[in-house]
Amino acid sequence: MSHSVELIDVEQAFGDVKAVHHFSAHIAGGEFFSILGPSGCGKTTLLRLIAGFTEPTKGRVRIGDKDMAGIPADRRPTAMIFQSLALFPLMPVWENIAFGLEARGVAKAQRRKRAEELLDLIALPGYGDRMVHELSGGQRQRVAIARALAVEPQVLLLDEPLSALDLKLRQHMRAELRALQKRTGVTFIYITHDQSEALAMSDRVAVMSAGILQQIATPQELYANPATPFTARFVGETNDLTGTLRGLEAGLATIATTAGRFTGRTGLGLEDGGRATIFIRPESMSLSRIEMPNSLSAKAVSLEYEGAVAILRAVSDHGQELLATIPNRNLADAPQPGEQIWLSFAPQEALVLADA
Amino acid sequence: MREMIRRFGPGLGGFFLALVALWIIGMVLAPNLMMLNFSLKPNLFPADIGGPKDVYTVSNYTALFGDSVHRSIFLKTVWGSALVMLATLAITYPLAFWMAKVASLRGARAMLTLLIIPFWINEVLRTLAWFIILSFNGPLNAFLLGLGLIDAPVRWQGDFGVLAGMVYAYILFMLFPIYNSISTLETAQLEAAKNLGASGLRIHWRIVIPHAKAGIATGCVFTFMLAAGSYVAPALLGSPGSRWFTEIIYNWFFEGGNWNRGAAYALILLVLCMAVVMVTLKLFRVNLADVAK
Amino acid sequence: MSKPRPVTPLDRLSRALPKLLFAAYLTLFLAYLFLPLVIMSAATFNTSKFPTVTPWLGTTLGWFQELWNDAAMWKALWLSLGIGLAVVAFALPVGTAAALFLTSLNARARGIFYAVMVSPLLTPGVAIGIATLILWRQAGIAGGTFLIVLAQATFITAYVMLMVVARLQRFDRTQEEAALGLGASKGLIFRRILLPFLKPALIAAGFIAFLQSFENYNTTLFVRGTDTPLTVYIATKVRTGLTPAVNALALILIALTLVTALVMELNRRRKEG
Repeated sequence: MSHSVELIDVEQAFGDVKAVHHFSAHIAGGEFFSILGPSGCGKTTLLRLIAGFTEPTKGRVRIGDKDMAGIPADRRPTAMIFQSLALFPLMPVWENIAFGLEARGVAKAQRRKRAEELLDLIALPGYGDRMVHELSGGQRQRVAIARALAVEPQVLLLDEPLSALDLKLRQHMRAELRALQKRTGVTFIYITHDQSEALAMSDRVAVMSAGILQQIATPQELYANPATPFTARFVGETNDLTGTLRGLEAGLATIATTAGRFTGRTGLGLEDGGRATIFIRPESMSLSRIEMPNSLSAKAVSLEYEGAVAILRAVSDHGQELLATIPNRNLADAPQPGEQIWLSFAPQEALVLADA
Repeated sequence: MREMIRRFGPGLGGFFLALVALWIIGMVLAPNLMMLNFSLKPNLFPADIGGPKDVYTVSNYTALFGDSVHRSIFLKTVWGSALVMLATLAITYPLAFWMAKVASLRGARAMLTLLIIPFWINEVLRTLAWFIILSFNGPLNAFLLGLGLIDAPVRWQGDFGVLAGMVYAYILFMLFPIYNSISTLETAQLEAAKNLGASGLRIHWRIVIPHAKAGIATGCVFTFMLAAGSYVAPALLGSPGSRWFTEIIYNWFFEGGNWNRGAAYALILLVLCMAVVMVTLKLFRVNLADVAK
Repeated sequence: MSKPRPVTPLDRLSRALPKLLFAAYLTLFLAYLFLPLVIMSAATFNTSKFPTVTPWLGTTLGWFQELWNDAAMWKALWLSLGIGLAVVAFALPVGTAAALFLTSLNARARGIFYAVMVSPLLTPGVAIGIATLILWRQAGIAGGTFLIVLAQATFITAYVMLMVVARLQRFDRTQEEAALGLGASKGLIFRRILLPFLKPALIAAGFIAFLQSFENYNTTLFVRGTDTPLTVYIATKVRTGLTPAVNALALILIALTLVTALVMELNRRRKEG
């Protein structure tokens, strides 16, 4: 079993600017853990903290139950894959891969042998003597992974390593990374601003905004039960209506908005009479020609056909933009642009969260 | 400092810092400060050093302006160096422009390779070549006599010889920076200007020269400094009547035996060059980093 | 609208004139640059005791012989080569350290140190020589080879620093972090990552440094004591007994320069092609 990573109330400040506030998380050994957030949210800082390139201003980092304070990057059981990959352009592929072993004083013949094994693992056999600039983007990507794996790290830290690849390759590499993680059993901590990447690969995802941890949850949980308005808006598409909380009972909350009263499941931190927002996923919206409970009157604007589904864009009578997905089989019934419609949802499929 | 240790470790980082300190403190700052200190002391017998006569004085500096011969040599050096600077600028500008903007890439490159050759040949040898050409029975006089342009050999060595030798020796220090800076000018700008009906002269005055100012400033600073500090050309191509300021300094050290005064004169030369650097940079609104490329 | 004037021969001349003038200028420029070197080289083969090409008294290779037999020349040559190597050995590490130091500073401090470091390039060579001479006299060390090396290295280090700084600007620092993250020591990172990256700049800088040292006269003159490197030897010869043997030396140095320039040019073309 690979090492677990524990972050205890970690804080990182650069001068007056706090890049990370009170971040705590326990990442289990062998877990594929992602940190998701928009650029500048402090996720790279967090990764560099774990790698040991910087020391936290406050708090502790523990890897495999060992406190990492004062242990420099080259002594930690971690390996990092950089956004730019940072391959060594003046060394052939095999020396790149074996560099960590060279640093550990492994004899040359053995280094070469291990590099060849890793080249097999990343499906690039026979590429050892090529130079980095002769490889394609995806091949470089894999060499960077092999280089990090060569030192047999307990924890692999990945800083948006797929961001430079084109869409097709990115999707392919996702699957490959996931498979590699399962095969090696190494703890992966993966940083990305791309939610589909995080949701597709991870066991659990931490969502971060402006240096503050929003939520840690499995991808399904994150999508179904976001803990904060930020997470609800950042992960997946959503409709939101803001108003005042008017009644809480039996797990259901009702809010009064300018567009009417709506009921949804209760989320965290609700207080009767406080400001709150109800979130409804586009696929939870049902279309009808007559008024229903929990429904909004709106005018259809456009219909974007995406294959399996179509996205209906509409504007409520109060000027709010709304999204609804229409399954393929119901497409015949789709409204024409300009048509007046009702969009409704079941209370169980909507979530009410207190405004921050 | 801390960054160096952090990046290279205490051993290697400390070693690097020690090397930098050795250079900056031991070889750049300390010698100049010692020279300054030296120049502010009178020339004493060893026995008097530390005694009552060992006081600070500016007499070594005022001496230059009190001595009419030295003063005129100093002024001639300033004037002569400026002349060398202007002459090299006038001679090289058209070629620099041609290489950067008119010639084909191959042509410019061939020219560059050709020009590098004399650049690599040592200043003493370049001056020697002129020594031979200008000598009384040398090729220049023979050529001019043969053409019937002169009736008797001319004694070229002297002020003319010194300036000619310097222009020759430093011409490429002017050419290369100007060429480099003009090459970064977009050709489209020239075409646009021409298209708008600007004359050739106006294009140079309003577009090329403003763009190339850093290069021109660099060339001017270096040629002036090299000319003012030159010793070979005046020593080999000069005559007793054409002494250069560096020769006076040399004499204080190795013939006059007054190092203190020599140090003062050397500092005056140094300050002169620094002043020219500062003024030129200010005038052209160029910063130091653009010069030292 | 006026009708276009027919093109007269005068028009044609006035249109061609700038080109003609430029061609004349270029010819004169090249003649000015190379004729002195040609004359100096040619004088090597003239039997005339004073080096000249007018009058041509007879063709000889004897001056090479005389140069070959000139023990003082050999001594000066070896001294110059030794000084050049010593200067390179000093200036390369120090200039590299200075460049690394500069890049580790914040913008303000960098400006100050940069000015101090390039100041030797803007200082007249004689002043550098004199300052070095005066400082070391306090320590009881008189002019000689040691001071020649120190004084030359003072400004040659600045050249090395500038060349290394230029190369460092293109270095991707995450490579160092990547290596660190893989467990490499600081020393290994320097040796395996940074040094190989700097190698081309260091080779070029070493070459320039050697050339600068080999050619130097102004600074050397003041700190040489009684030692005589090649440039001083030549200058002394000119004043005390110039014979075409010195031209023979010049010719050989020019030939070496030509060969080096050609090799470098071919090398560059091969790299590009």
